[in-house]
Amino acid sequence: MSEPIVIESVSKWYGETQVLFDCNARIAKGEVVVVCGPSGSGKSTLIKCINALEPIQRGRIVVGEHTLPAPAAQLPAIRAKVGMVFQHFELFPHMDVLHNLTFAPMRVLKRDRAAATDKALGLLQRVGLSAFAGKFPGQLSGGQQQRVAIARALCMEPECMLFDEPTSALDPEMVNEVLDVMTGLAAEGMTMVCVTHEMGFARKVAHRVLFMDEGKIFDDCASEVFFAERESRSTRAQKFLSSIVA
Amino acid sequence: MNYAFDWSAIVPALPFLARGMVFSLALLAVCLAGGMALGLGLALMRLSNRRWIAGIGAVYVSVFRSIPLVLAIFWFYLLVPMLIGAVRGEATPIGPMYSAFVAFVAFEAAYFCEVIRAGMQSIPHGQSHAAQALGLTRAQTLRHVILPQAMRVVTPLILSKAIIIFQDTSLVYVISVSDFLGAATQIGQRDSRLIELYLFAGAVYFVMCFIASRLVEHRYARNALT
Amino acid sequence: MNYDWNWSIFLAPTIDGASRYVWWILSGLAFTVFISLCAWAIALVIGIGLGVTRTLPPRLGRALATAYVELFRNVPLLVQLFFWYYIAPVVFLPVSLQTALNRANPVATQTLTMIVCLGLFTAARVCEQVRAGIQAQPRGRFNAGYALGLTRIHVYRFVILPLAFRVIVPPLTSEFLNVFKNSAVALTIGLLELTARSRQMGEFTAHVFEAFIAATLLYFLIAQITSHAMHALEARLRIPGHGLGGSA
Repeated sequence: MSEPIVIESVSKWYGETQVLFDCNARIAKGEVVVVCGPSGSGKSTLIKCINALEPIQRGRIVVGEHTLPAPAAQLPAIRAKVGMVFQHFELFPHMDVLHNLTFAPMRVLKRDRAAATDKALGLLQRVGLSAFAGKFPGQLSGGQQQRVAIARALCMEPECMLFDEPTSALDPEMVNEVLDVMTGLAAEGMTMVCVTHEMGFARKVAHRVLFMDEGKIFDDCASEVFFAERESRSTRAQKFLSSIVA
Repeated sequence: MNYAFDWSAIVPALPFLARGMVFSLALLAVCLAGGMALGLGLALMRLSNRRWIAGIGAVYVSVFRSIPLVLAIFWFYLLVPMLIGAVRGEATPIGPMYSAFVAFVAFEAAYFCEVIRAGMQSIPHGQSHAAQALGLTRAQTLRHVILPQAMRVVTPLILSKAIIIFQDTSLVYVISVSDFLGAATQIGQRDSRLIELYLFAGAVYFVMCFIASRLVEHRYARNALT
Repeated sequence: MNYDWNWSIFLAPTIDGASRYVWWILSGLAFTVFISLCAWAIALVIGIGLGVTRTLPPRLGRALATAYVELFRNVPLLVQLFFWYYIAPVVFLPVSLQTALNRANPVATQTLTMIVCLGLFTAARVCEQVRAGIQAQPRGRFNAGYALGLTRIHVYRFVILPLAFRVIVPPLTSEFLNVFKNSAVALTIGLLELTARSRQMGEFTAHVFEAFIAATLLYFLIAQITSHAMHALEARLRIPGHGLGGSA
């Protein structure tokens, strides 16, 4: 993606309730941005607007060559370029791991079975799960499922990756195996937007941090700045950080 | 007990009764296949974003779930010959058998629609999101991700309903179609052994349905408590 | 289509001059509603009894209740009706009672037979719903009652059954609607309920569409009224802050 992701004056309502208030942000190519904030702050909603899983009522979002809001017919093509990883993994339980990975490349990108399988097996190896190609999601642990989910998103060769609380549903001992994969991805230069509570990951890997509360972006600064200098953070961010055990 | 039972009429009549049973089973099979297909169509209509399409589906289901199957049988006994005659441009006498097939398909489709719709809605939203996030269209998401899972969920309900439909096939009696019960009635009336034949028919239905329901229960027992 | 619609046919005098067709239809409606409500009452009483029995320890009670349910669920309603109307009197009753029945008002015998048949048939289904509702109650709820020193009867009556009912109102509504629909099977023994009357009117006036449409609308109306009544009941029974009454 030659151009970054641009979020411009985005507001969103669910019925009568406004959930996003005039949000602005720019994400450059290769940047890793962490979005944090208390629950209900709108961070998951915002990230779901980037790949149009949620529609926006005001403002616009530029994703590569496309601008949202866009007509429904264009959305699958836009989404094929943006990978997403969900809090609850969302692997397709009725397909085995290999099929989960090859299904969308064959259907959407029209790859042939051999090419899709090659790519899938390569990515499975990268996340350390080659032995699981024939297994079903129900037979995998949470951490394993999430790594497969990351591989599934990568099979589409996305230009950027969105992570919606990828480790929140995992038992503590499995969080690191997923964060390791994400760290590796960042090191390779993937553009990433992560909604997460893992401040250790944010401190180590993120280039920038966005802090959100009640649907508004309060802080948008480099991660060293966010974590080091207290005065540069908004009071809300300070309250939030002190309330979580990092 | 002051009735002299005489069961001798049954054995010679078995071939005739078997033909009636074949019809009953055929009616069940057609009803399941046609009813599920039409039911799926109706479910998709009800889930449509266009209100008039969803409305037609809702009205169809509402009406067919309010009326007795007997009334539906009479309706189609009246309508099917008329519609065929209108299409062919000439009055076509058509046996009651065909209108029975149509009646059962049309009637049970309403039930299947609701079951399939509930099954689809029970699949967590995250699954559609994940499919869409991969770039799949709504149609692809429905066909490859949602429906396969929904059908797995509703299979025990469909099988239980099939046993009930098998029993309901006996209602074609009201338009004198020769299903199993109709065949038993004919033999019973011919040989003046109506009581024995009805008891026999009841026993046959009982054995078949009992075995079938035990099999379904056994296979799907783990899901029973939801 | 060259069908000649005539909605005022309902007000026309009937073929025997004794009435108007609209009264035929309404008479059929009255029979349908009467039979259904009586059968439902029987089904509830017997069904609840059986459902509770299937969850109590005594093995004999459970076996008998299970046998009842299996018997009445696996034989078609029509066959059951023929049993009660044609077979049972001949086989079980002494000749004197049989002749008395034959001389009695046929409408009365038809109605009574249908009510008994439909009531017993539906009781099996109500039993299963009640059983499911009771078994949906978490074990802890029973234990809490026993721990307080309540007898089993008290626990069922004051704790388990009230909560079980709230769970099963939706499937019970479905069974209630089925009773109205199943009542139409009575036409096979000559009872002139709603479907039979509409068919009769169709035969005598050749205005079959009007007659069937009237019957269809009336059944639809019955279904709507019943659903709404049950929804209202469900709303009245709702416990603040409590889910579906199955588990906390």
